[in-house]
Amino acid sequence: MRPITLALPFILVAGAASAEGCPSWQIGDLTITNAWSRATIGTNRPAVFYAEIANAGSEDDALVTISTPVAEMPMLHETVVRDGVASMPHAMSVPVPAGGSVGLAPGGFHGMLMGLNAALAQGESFPMTMTFEKAGEVTVEVGISAMNARGPECLTDGS
Amino acid sequence: MRLTTLQKILWIAAILASILFVAGRMWLPAQPQISSAATGELRPQFDLPDGADRMRSSTEFRGQWLLVFFGFTNCPDVCPTTLSEVAEVMEGLGRRADRVQPIFISIDPERDRALGIDDYTAAFHPRILGLAGDAAQTRAAADSFRIYYEREAAEQAPDGYTMSHSPGLFLIDPDGLWQRQYSYGTPAAQILADLQERF
Repeated sequence: MRPITLALPFILVAGAASAEGCPSWQIGDLTITNAWSRATIGTNRPAVFYAEIANAGSEDDALVTISTPVAEMPMLHETVVRDGVASMPHAMSVPVPAGGSVGLAPGGFHGMLMGLNAALAQGESFPMTMTFEKAGEVTVEVGISAMNARGPECLTDGS
Repeated sequence: MRLTTLQKILWIAAILASILFVAGRMWLPAQPQISSAATGELRPQFDLPDGADRMRSSTEFRGQWLLVFFGFTNCPDVCPTTLSEVAEVMEGLGRRADRVQPIFISIDPERDRALGIDDYTAAFHPRILGLAGDAAQTRAAADSFRIYYEREAAEQAPDGYTMSHSPGLFLIDPDGLWQRQYSYGTPAAQILADLQERF
C-alpha cells in the first residue's frame, strides 16, 4: 500500500501540470512530456536530461539511445543507491511498460550529457532525439532550468 | 438490527481512525534511513581548504548548525539534486538561515579544484561553502563522518572515471555533535520542518 499512497500525490501533480501546458511529443503510443535539463557552468562538467515517457499501447517498449547536438557523448544512466552508497551505472535501456510510464527524473534514470559543445543557459532549450526499441525516433525540445531547479520550468517557477 | 449508542460511537471511531490512518500514510513521508552513528556521540572533524585556499576546520563552526554533503561537481544527478534541496532549505529558513552553514565536501578534490568549486556551489546557493583538500585530508574527513566513497574506472566517463559515494546529508549541531542523516531524496520541506523544530 505504501508505494501507491506515496506515489499518489506525485501522479496528481504530474497530471495537473501537463494539463497546464508543458509541451508534449508523440511517437506511436508513446507520449513524452516534462523534458528538462539544468544549466551548466561552462562545458567541462556533464549536463543532465530528464523527461517523462508514457506508453498508452499494449506492448512494452524501451528507450535505447539518446542523441543531441549539444553533447558529443550522451548516455543513459541510472542512479542506484545500494547499502547507502550512490553509484551511477550505465543503463543499457530504460523500459517503458505497456500502459505505464517511466520518468527520467532526479535520483533515477537520467541522460548524462558528456562532452558538451556549449554551456547550457537557463531559459534556453536544445533538441534531443530519443530512440525507442519499437516506436522509433522522436526529437523533443529540452527546456533548460536553473542549476538549482528541481523540475522543469513549465511546472515550477524554475527558481 | 438496531445499534446501541455505544456501538454507533465505536463504528464512528473506527471509521475516523481508518481515515486518519490512510491520510497519514498519504502525507507522512517515508522514514529516512538512520545512519549507523548514534545521535550526539560522534563529533566529525575536517580540515580542508576552501576555494580560496584558506584552511577551514570543523572547530571554527561551533555555534552553528552544519549541513554537510559529500559529492563531486562532475556528478550530473545526485549532487545537483541534493544541493538544490539545500538551497531550498536555506531559502525556507529565512532569517534563521544564518544559524546554518551548508558545506559541500569534494570527494573528487583534484578535479574539482581544477574545475573550480566556488562557482559551482554558488550556482546553487551563495551560502554553501565548498571544500576540496588533498587525498589524505579528504579521506580523513570522510572517515570522520563515517561515509564511503570510491573512485571507479568508467571508460566512457569524463577523464575515464566516476565516483560512487554515500549521498546523505548530515546534520551537525552547534557543539559539533553528529545529530542525524537526511537520506538521499529527503524533500527540502521535510528537512526544513526538522530544522525548525530544533532552533
